[in-house]
Amino acid sequence: MDILLLLIPLSLVLVGVIAWFMLWAARSGQFDDLEGPAHSVVMDDDNPPKPDDAPKT
Amino acid sequence: MSRSPGLTDAPSFSGCFHCGLPVPDGAHYPIQFEGETRQACCRGCQAVAQTIIDSGQGAYYTHRTVLPATPQQAEAELAQLGLYDLPEIQESFVRVEAENIREAALILENIVCAACIWLNERHIAGLPGVLSVEINYATRRARVRWDNSRIQLSAILKAVSDIGYIAHPFDPGRSDDIYKRERNTAIKRLAIAGLGMMQVMMYALPTYTATDMTDEIRLLMRWASLILTIPVVGYSAWPFFIGAWRDFKRRMLGMDVPVALGVGTAFVASIYSTFTGRGEVYYDSVTMFVFLLLTGRFLEMNARRRAGAAVEELVKLIPAATTRLPHWPARDEEQVPVARLAVGDHVLVRPGETLPADGEVVEGDSAVSEALLTGESLPVSKRVHAKVVGGSLNQASPLVVRVDKLGADTRLASIVRLLDRAQSEKPRIGQLADRAAAWFVGLLLVITVFVGLAWYFIDPSRILWIVVSILVVTCPCALGLATPAALTTATGRLTRLGLLTTRGHALETLARATDLVFDKTGTLTHGRLSVRRVVPLGGRSAEDVGQIAAALEAGSEHPIARALRQDRPEGERLAAYPSRVLREAAPATVTASDVRNTPGRGVEGTVNGQFYRLGSPRFAAAGEAPPESAGGESWVALADESGLIAWFALADTPRADAPAALAALQRLGLRLHLVSGDAEAAVKTTAATLGIADWHAGALPEDKLAYVKALQSEGRIVAMVGDGINDAPVLAGAQVSIAMGEGADVAQAAADMVMLGSRLATLGEGVALARKTQRIIRQNLGWALGYNLIAIPAAALGYVTPWIAGIGMSASSLLVVLNALRLSEFKQEAKPVPAALRSQLSTLR
Repeated sequence: MDILLLLIPLSLVLVGVIAWFMLWAARSGQFDDLEGPAHSVVMDDDNPPKPDDAPKT
Repeated sequence: MSRSPGLTDAPSFSGCFHCGLPVPDGAHYPIQFEGETRQACCRGCQAVAQTIIDSGQGAYYTHRTVLPATPQQAEAELAQLGLYDLPEIQESFVRVEAENIREAALILENIVCAACIWLNERHIAGLPGVLSVEINYATRRARVRWDNSRIQLSAILKAVSDIGYIAHPFDPGRSDDIYKRERNTAIKRLAIAGLGMMQVMMYALPTYTATDMTDEIRLLMRWASLILTIPVVGYSAWPFFIGAWRDFKRRMLGMDVPVALGVGTAFVASIYSTFTGRGEVYYDSVTMFVFLLLTGRFLEMNARRRAGAAVEELVKLIPAATTRLPHWPARDEEQVPVARLAVGDHVLVRPGETLPADGEVVEGDSAVSEALLTGESLPVSKRVHAKVVGGSLNQASPLVVRVDKLGADTRLASIVRLLDRAQSEKPRIGQLADRAAAWFVGLLLVITVFVGLAWYFIDPSRILWIVVSILVVTCPCALGLATPAALTTATGRLTRLGLLTTRGHALETLARATDLVFDKTGTLTHGRLSVRRVVPLGGRSAEDVGQIAAALEAGSEHPIARALRQDRPEGERLAAYPSRVLREAAPATVTASDVRNTPGRGVEGTVNGQFYRLGSPRFAAAGEAPPESAGGESWVALADESGLIAWFALADTPRADAPAALAALQRLGLRLHLVSGDAEAAVKTTAATLGIADWHAGALPEDKLAYVKALQSEGRIVAMVGDGINDAPVLAGAQVSIAMGEGADVAQAAADMVMLGSRLATLGEGVALARKTQRIIRQNLGWALGYNLIAIPAAALGYVTPWIAGIGMSASSLLVVLNALRLSEFKQEAKPVPAALRSQLSTLR
């Protein structure tokens, strides 16, 4: 049981880290569009453009 | 979907490579794609497709699920793009970040599927000088940041139009910003409450179950729970405390009061027992309670979002810039922002442009579409001295207009005001529920005080725990969740059935609706003309005269011309794309030459060496009377040099699924009404075809509103189905309103519900689901009340230990949510064809 004396404070720290991460995610707009990324993941370029018609950047 | 959009699943696909329309004979607009030559139908499609492929985004063509519209960029609009670079115009919608870094919000038009988003994102991001671009799939809005020293905003807009889309800058406005901030805060509160709840539960469970736990471990877990509960109470539950404080100051009892009291008391009591080491702690109940309530509120907030946008959308009808003729009648032009116009100015409105203000035509002869303002689908002929209305669309030829009214004085602005008022007059059924809850809360507080007093005499040491037990066990959680849980589930299910709910009360009212009032145009009918009958004379064949008529009308945009050009019926899908219907031309075996158009009357021209006239009976038939009419049809005559050769009967046709859908609604016991602005004959025919007994023709928006009010004064509950801005006040005046998704955007935003597709059967399913929702809500409320009736006395008598109270409360709310979830299994009557899904899957192979 003594291990709990370590594990419980550790779990608190973990929750703090996760909470910070969630707040960061909300702040940086990760939740702004919950629909689009689901579509865009299948839209990724499987066949990269040939060098001669690459985007003109 | 009969037209297969992708290329991978339709190798023999013969239509235009870009937009899928048939390629006209003799057209040669080749496109090179993956080593093969494809054909486009016009130069516009060719240019767009070439731009997309050349910039390395050809994958769009393999991934798209819906065909795009045929690109039709008004030259005038392109010329105006340069205006958006002027600092005084940018002021309203561009945010200047650093010296040269600018950010603007854009509304994208013509976005039809996820592939469009991808294409636009890649294309804009590939422009030199663009720093970042984000497109929101749900709102179709883009946020672009660019370096003004390397690229101008007009170049970005031009790039978007190069690939066949239209981007408008817009002022996101304060309401958008506020909503975004609120939503963000809500997510943060929810995240903190959720994390706190999970972890506190981890600490709480062992203390309930373990038998050999030492006191110091127990104490450690309590302290850990306390630390985790502080942010949940102090941050996540903060709105409840604020709300309760506001209620307290106004001497009202809202749902926030017991929430705040329960959370506050349980938390304070838990802290007390953590410090003293005596009694129970309720951290788990507190965190779980806060999390569940926040979840309900968050879901609710999302569902109610769309309401406020109505007025904003209306105002967007007015263009940002216009062409002024400062020295009219001299023809020198200058581009000015509409805000700079003054009464008495002369403006030039080219075909395809929107009128910037109300005024009078001083030069030109054209047809103007006021469809968005009056619901009248046919363009209105406007010549010198005619009054024109801001927001209407010039269709035929250039007009010079003297500005009479601007800004707040225009008709559009008055429609907005009417809409505002109608919205503020809405019945507030939701407030009634709140008032009932207030009584419950008041009763609960009184009971708690009495129980506390009673225990003071029986056993003072147990007062605090019993009072907290009552507050926790009766936490009106189940009561509070009963309605929103059912509503959110039902609205989610409804959305998948094709009916979008935009107001919280809509479902409740729809379930109680007794009368359904339809607006004919675009609701029960397609909202556009088609040829119903052809009466050829003098031995001609119907096909023959049809071809001649189509040839004569080949160059016109008039609805009658469109109707005559389409030689075969097309499906619902095509109806959504008028530009497509337009090209659904008769086989190009005959062409007309020397075509002359007499606006408002008809056309004349030469086909195969023969001279023909086509138009109104007076124009082409020399006043001869048209054949007997079934009513609701307008007649167009075709004559050659020797006389009349054919009659065409044109009419707006009812949607194919209308009879079945209306029968289903009548089976549900709804009384159906048809109130239309159209002429009597047309409305009568439609009503007779569809079996609607109550119909009224020639109704102005005011008349429609009066009709709805009259029904309401008889105690009927009216659901209004309509489209178009002219319906907006009526939609808002009815207890519950449903707009057709194909209708004007504004009507959508002003309505309580929006039909996403054109499937009328959705209405019946919506009513059935709404009624089922009411049943579920009643069951939930019944359960919540019954539970409280048992739990309160039990807690008052001291039989409920706090952890039983916590579990009872959670189980009660869980039961309510699970009951509500049954709504998500609601079956629709007819199976829809998930065509979009299937073609998406097939293109993904």
